[in-house]
Amino acid sequence: MDKKTIRPDDYESRSIHLKKLTDDELKNYFWTLAEKAVDPLINLAQKNTSPAIERSVLLRMGFSSIEAKAIVEKTIQNQLMGKGAGHVVYRYSQIKNIGIRDAGLELMKDSGWSLVSESFGVKKS
Amino acid sequence: MKPNDKISLDEIFKDLDKYTPRRHGWTWRKPVPGQIFDNQKYSDTSASLKNYVPLPAAKYFGNIDPQPIQVITTEIASGRFEDDIRRMRMAAWHGADHIMVIRTAGQSHFDGLIEGTPQGIGGVPISRKQIRAQRKALDMIEDEVGRPINYHSYVSGVAGPDIAVMFAEEGVNGAHQDPQYNVLYRNINMVRSFVDAAESKKIMAGADMLQIDGAHNANATAMVAWKVMPELMVQHAINSLFSVKSGMKKENIALSTVPPTAVPAPDLKVNLPYAVALRDFFEGYRFRAQMNTKYMESSTREATVTHVLNMMISKLTSADIQSTITPDEGRNVPWHMFNVEACDTAKQALVGMDGLKEMVEIKKDGILPAKVRELKERAVLFFEELLAEGGYFEAVQKGFFIDSGIYPERNGDGISRNLNGGVGADTVYERDKDYFAPVPSHFGYNNVSQYNLSSNDNPAVLIGGSTFENREKIQYIDELDNEDNVYIRMGETAKYRDSSMIKPEVEWLGDGVVVIDLTLPCGSDYAKAAGIEIAKRMNLSDAEVIHTEILHPAEATRIQVKGTVNFDIDLLTLTLPKKPDLLTDQEIRDYVSLHPLTIVAGTVGEDEHSVGLREIIDIKHGGIEKYGIKCIYLGTSVPIAKLVDAAIETKADAILLSTIISHDDIHYRNMKKANDYAIEKGVRDKIIMIAGGTQVVPDTAIKQGMDQGFSRGTKGQDVASYLVKRHKELIKK
Repeated sequence: MDKKTIRPDDYESRSIHLKKLTDDELKNYFWTLAEKAVDPLINLAQKNTSPAIERSVLLRMGFSSIEAKAIVEKTIQNQLMGKGAGHVVYRYSQIKNIGIRDAGLELMKDSGWSLVSESFGVKKS
Repeated sequence: MKPNDKISLDEIFKDLDKYTPRRHGWTWRKPVPGQIFDNQKYSDTSASLKNYVPLPAAKYFGNIDPQPIQVITTEIASGRFEDDIRRMRMAAWHGADHIMVIRTAGQSHFDGLIEGTPQGIGGVPISRKQIRAQRKALDMIEDEVGRPINYHSYVSGVAGPDIAVMFAEEGVNGAHQDPQYNVLYRNINMVRSFVDAAESKKIMAGADMLQIDGAHNANATAMVAWKVMPELMVQHAINSLFSVKSGMKKENIALSTVPPTAVPAPDLKVNLPYAVALRDFFEGYRFRAQMNTKYMESSTREATVTHVLNMMISKLTSADIQSTITPDEGRNVPWHMFNVEACDTAKQALVGMDGLKEMVEIKKDGILPAKVRELKERAVLFFEELLAEGGYFEAVQKGFFIDSGIYPERNGDGISRNLNGGVGADTVYERDKDYFAPVPSHFGYNNVSQYNLSSNDNPAVLIGGSTFENREKIQYIDELDNEDNVYIRMGETAKYRDSSMIKPEVEWLGDGVVVIDLTLPCGSDYAKAAGIEIAKRMNLSDAEVIHTEILHPAEATRIQVKGTVNFDIDLLTLTLPKKPDLLTDQEIRDYVSLHPLTIVAGTVGEDEHSVGLREIIDIKHGGIEKYGIKCIYLGTSVPIAKLVDAAIETKADAILLSTIISHDDIHYRNMKKANDYAIEKGVRDKIIMIAGGTQVVPDTAIKQGMDQGFSRGTKGQDVASYLVKRHKELIKK
């Protein structure tokens, strides 16, 4: 953790460069800065997923909260989070030509994972 | 549901597995400019309710209940959602149309959805069953009051996206969502929080939910609340812009703003510039005006005044949603009556300031705009340094937020979180090139093209639709815990639901809690000890002092003590006082036209009160003159003899003797004097004598020789009706 910063109020000197801005310019500048702060965060969210996101995908696919939690845990164990837990279930239903719920419930019981991993070209490390 | 029937929990729990929400999305009130109520034109009111409880003074104004244009929020979460349903109904009748349910302690760290209906602590465990039951109840309640009610809870913690999906499926209308809340106050890993937040927001956007941010918490947490103003603007901006970029419409994004300081600080001088600065910078977004909680102590009076001042700021600037904080929040999890009081306070203050901006405006020169500009510049400087340090995560690590200095002042006491620390650290996974999720409202990279879909397609076509298109796919779980659920709790309180037994309550059916209000002639330490002892002798258990107010360090202390009563009351054993059998206006008029009546009236003794008696007499207040009764009004401080003599001279049928001052029972002594004097003059059996006043107990008045007594709340019709009946009896004799 960084050292704590203690600093007296230097608003007067620190804000000199802002004085020339009109109220509208100041507002635009505020939002330009906000955008610079937020864009990396949004970028991060676009590229990543999490157990909660994948559970929420499975809920939307018709699984209960308990089932969704179990399937995501097994997806993590099988190192398939990068593919998406919903994707795993969908892929397995395609491979076995069965319904989505049946596919998910089978995966929950630990069957089918090697088939899925194989179809994604993922080898368990 | 009928207004005089209790809401049926059995009805609510019936077929809950098949419940379908009647709508999705948020509903604003519809302003109706220029409405007229009781001969007054209002500027800022909305459509009226079908059923309501008006403010107490409404009885003088034809029982009107003008509704402000702002959505009014009340937060209800006692830990037992089944009892909260009853409170929601109470609040709706008093004007709430945004019901916010606080979550139980610890739910933020629960990795997944809670199922069933366990009891909560300081809030309610939010589960699908609980949400369905309350939304279904609100459907019934909104039909009863005739206005849509928005239902709201929280999409945060480590299960934000799970909860967002469940809320979208179940027709929840609004939610708090702000990843900064996770980071700063729940120590949930910041990377995880922002990654999850984008998904949650996208889901909420798809369901047209209103989002409220979490910035107000900074105010409640900060050591010096008003100094976080520049930072609060930064927090609002981060969440607002992040939400827009996650797919939310600006008009569905509400800033949770709080007037940061409170009296004895110069409230408006600090809070108003901040409110103006926010509304300038955040044009196009919605404003949810929260009330100050930071400085709430146990005085409900003090809190209420703070909140009224807060609402003056809402009226002077703007508020789309006026939140209410219950005035007891400084001392307990809110009780029924304080939710109701808070709604009434909001309604009373907002309606009271109707048309304020047509009469006054915010000055464009002087201290206000200078202060506004300074706050904005301080916020800009915050962002500049945040970026210079490497962005949001770096700034959090370096303790930028919730520092007790007014930025750029820094006192080194901010909340600092480690990028790799907190709950849920290292649980974020990079999406591969072939990452895919076959569902709608999914944020971020989704390789749909590998399955020959375009980005405009709903990927759920591949699975025959998601739960958002096909409700039957939702897996409903009723209960998971056989010991801790609503049916067990309802079994324990069944007798209060199914029989004529009642017990006092403040939050839960049959909780038995009462408050005694004592003024004790001693200092506060002794007063507190004495308060507990008094409660014990009154057979209250679990006595606890909940409020102490020094009236004078030596002379007196006011104490409020809560305790629990240990008995039930059976309503069937009670005898209710008979309601007066009133004649109709027409019956009275008809009688008076055949038998002209004259009365002599005055306030007796050394008593200058005139309002009450004038209301009984004056035609403009609906007094007895309107029936054609001739009234001779002698004024105030009328000697007894003068009053009776006047009645004799004018051959009056009755004397109306008003007496307000009750010190040392002077009111009753004057009644006896009047009776004695009338006997002495030989007219008592010819003249009807009536006494009235706020402290008059009818039976006691009769014992002093009066024909009848009337107390607080009496109307002209009551008196005229009695006069006619008594006159009839005297004629018969």
